[in-house]
Amino acid sequence: MAKKDVVALILAGGQGSRLKSLTKNNAKPAVEFGGKYRIIDFALSNCCNSSIEIVGILTQYQPFILHSHIGIGVPWDLDRANGGVSILPPYVKDAGGNWYNGTADAVFQNAYFVDFYSPDYLIVLSGDHIYKMDYREMLKYHIEKKADATIAVTQVPIGEANRFGILNTSDDYKVYEFEEKPKNPKSNLASMGIYIFNWHKLKHILSEDSKNSKSTHDFGKDIIPNMLNRGFKLYAYPFEGYWRDVGTIESYWEANMDLLKEDLPSINNHKELDLFDENWKIYTSSLAYPPQYIGEDAVIKNSMIVEGCVILGSVTRSVLSYGVYIGKGCEIKNSVIMSGAIIEDDARVTNSIICSKVKIKKGSVIGNSDGLSVVPENKTIEGVYSNG
Amino acid sequence: MFSNYIGILNLNEDESNLRSLSLNRPLASIPIYGRYRIIDFILSNLVNAGVKSVGIFAQTYSRSLMDHLGIGKPWDLNRRKDGLFIFNYSLNNSIINDVIQFKENIEYFYKNKGDYVILASSRMLCNIDLEKAALYHEKSKNDVTVIYKNVKGDDETFLNCDVLNIDENNRVLSVGKIIGLNCNVNISMDILIMKKDFLIECIYKSIENGNYSSLKNYIYNNCNKINIGVYEFKGYLSCINSIRSYYKTSMDILDTDIREELFFKNGKIYTKSNNSPPTKYCKESEVKNSIISNGCIIKGSIKNSILSRSVKIDYDTIIEDSIIFGNCVIGKGAKLKNVILDKNVVVEEGKNLIGDKKFPVVIEKGEVVKNLYKKAEGSYKA
Repeated sequence: MAKKDVVALILAGGQGSRLKSLTKNNAKPAVEFGGKYRIIDFALSNCCNSSIEIVGILTQYQPFILHSHIGIGVPWDLDRANGGVSILPPYVKDAGGNWYNGTADAVFQNAYFVDFYSPDYLIVLSGDHIYKMDYREMLKYHIEKKADATIAVTQVPIGEANRFGILNTSDDYKVYEFEEKPKNPKSNLASMGIYIFNWHKLKHILSEDSKNSKSTHDFGKDIIPNMLNRGFKLYAYPFEGYWRDVGTIESYWEANMDLLKEDLPSINNHKELDLFDENWKIYTSSLAYPPQYIGEDAVIKNSMIVEGCVILGSVTRSVLSYGVYIGKGCEIKNSVIMSGAIIEDDARVTNSIICSKVKIKKGSVIGNSDGLSVVPENKTIEGVYSNG
Repeated sequence: MFSNYIGILNLNEDESNLRSLSLNRPLASIPIYGRYRIIDFILSNLVNAGVKSVGIFAQTYSRSLMDHLGIGKPWDLNRRKDGLFIFNYSLNNSIINDVIQFKENIEYFYKNKGDYVILASSRMLCNIDLEKAALYHEKSKNDVTVIYKNVKGDDETFLNCDVLNIDENNRVLSVGKIIGLNCNVNISMDILIMKKDFLIECIYKSIENGNYSSLKNYIYNNCNKINIGVYEFKGYLSCINSIRSYYKTSMDILDTDIREELFFKNGKIYTKSNNSPPTKYCKESEVKNSIISNGCIIKGSIKNSILSRSVKIDYDTIIEDSIIFGNCVIGKGAKLKNVILDKNVVVEEGKNLIGDKKFPVVIEKGEVVKNLYKKAEGSYKA
């Protein structure tokens, strides 16, 4: 086995309970996003585009769709003879088994996997963030700074900083303090949940942490503060591009809507996410569907639509996934519609997330202007429906 | 149960009337319906019927075909046992007779464990249940079963097809050519089912006896000795043998019934995917009655047209009754009507291109050569 310098672990086991019915039968990283993608495609494509050849995916909650989506990693060129993608669920040892109990515990339980490749560096990623990032650049930065750990950070509006893990750094981005969701944030550098560690040092700390019964075994809450206390060299890696945590229904919907921006202006120093960039493609497993058919009376404005859709009505500012049918006289507005949903004639859908295989009967009215409505998968809806 | 069948696709097809579209590629790999290539239909028909081994006898200009087929993954033909076999001839060989080509690769037929062969070409576009036809063949005790369709003799799209003269017992008496008279004729769909051993025998006999330009030709000319039966297909069929029929066949897909049948009826049609993002419709876009593939960015207006992947359409454009292949860029204010743009064509701002339904304007892929050259030039400088 050729030695690799870096191994990536993607944390993809969380339930994502804040996404409510979107994750009832499905792990958060496998939730459909942006028409043809699933959320984890972004982290996986970043690995692929950053030429990271060993990727472990830690799964736990409702893993079937996630596992079948990843398969042997073909779409991301991770079907390799030497390395490639490995799915790492919790497992039973001779002394009994444990579920993954916190992010650090999940990584520690898979230390044998990382050790198998004995890399110098470990990249820890989340499976539920939407962004494009060259991890090689971050690794270069980590090596240049001779850091023990590097945490990618993005600037958030200071008013919202209390929702994030905030890093307080000196001018050269050396971290002196980490605060998880501080009431009075001292800076607006929010952790993106992307970490690079020197593997051997991290392994030592994880091993100690595992024996500490008071610890919650979380990178943000325990490992990073612990490393700071003990004088390890931690650096923040400032990231300029688009980044979004799609952990809530609102942010999930907004991230979908972000894809519809036309002239890609820069907002809050964030470049927009360009799915059409040939140099940094987002890969996913493509399904065999015919191209989309747009009917004689269809009106489509400011939307993203995938193969397999048949659109006979009007669609404005919406994102449609594989095989969606929009009947005659329908009005779809500000909505995300997942694969295989059927919206019958004259239905109206506004500010909604329609999950996969939902059927909306003729003339029904879904959603209103007060908030977001979510129709859970496989449901058939008739009449008026909203939970906004 | 169908795994004892071998599919043989014979691609020595007449491309002379497709001119510019077949300049850089064989008929089989001409793009159609946005994301497909012509060969996808027969290949998917075979696979959907359960055929596990497909041999493709390609001729010249095969780069695009090889690129498309790869190791046969989209059709599940990337197998350890059986799978996809491509017998390819280089550009330097002129188109050769299929009998010789089969004979030179006779090992494939011997090695394969299948008992039956389905011989087909790519130009006959349909979604057909070949399993039914094969079961019919096995029951009928014919030496060869030819699949046919009854069509109007003056339908121009079937020009140059073989006409089967059939007796009341469904036997072929003779085979002629369509000449465009206004009466109903039974045209051969170029799909022949026979035992493998019989095929091998035909190959050797036709070489021995000489004077046969193709295997089909040998079988048809000996219909007094060979027991040739027929199986009727009643679904949608189109033969792509000219620019006109290509254009008409493409536009047929805008009909909902034809679309349902061709894309779904007897199984899905599989093709190579290229991972393009969803298509983005902008605020000013106006799209009516069109087929659009992934990866397009549409700012203008499109009517009755077919777009392949990654086409960029700028503001104030009007595109009507046109077929646009992958990666084309249509500049601001351009107007296209009855046009076929081959891949990578760039239409400059404000250009007007207007053809006729019977004589669509075809813009060649030629433009790409220039672009690639420019790209190469740039990289040398850097």
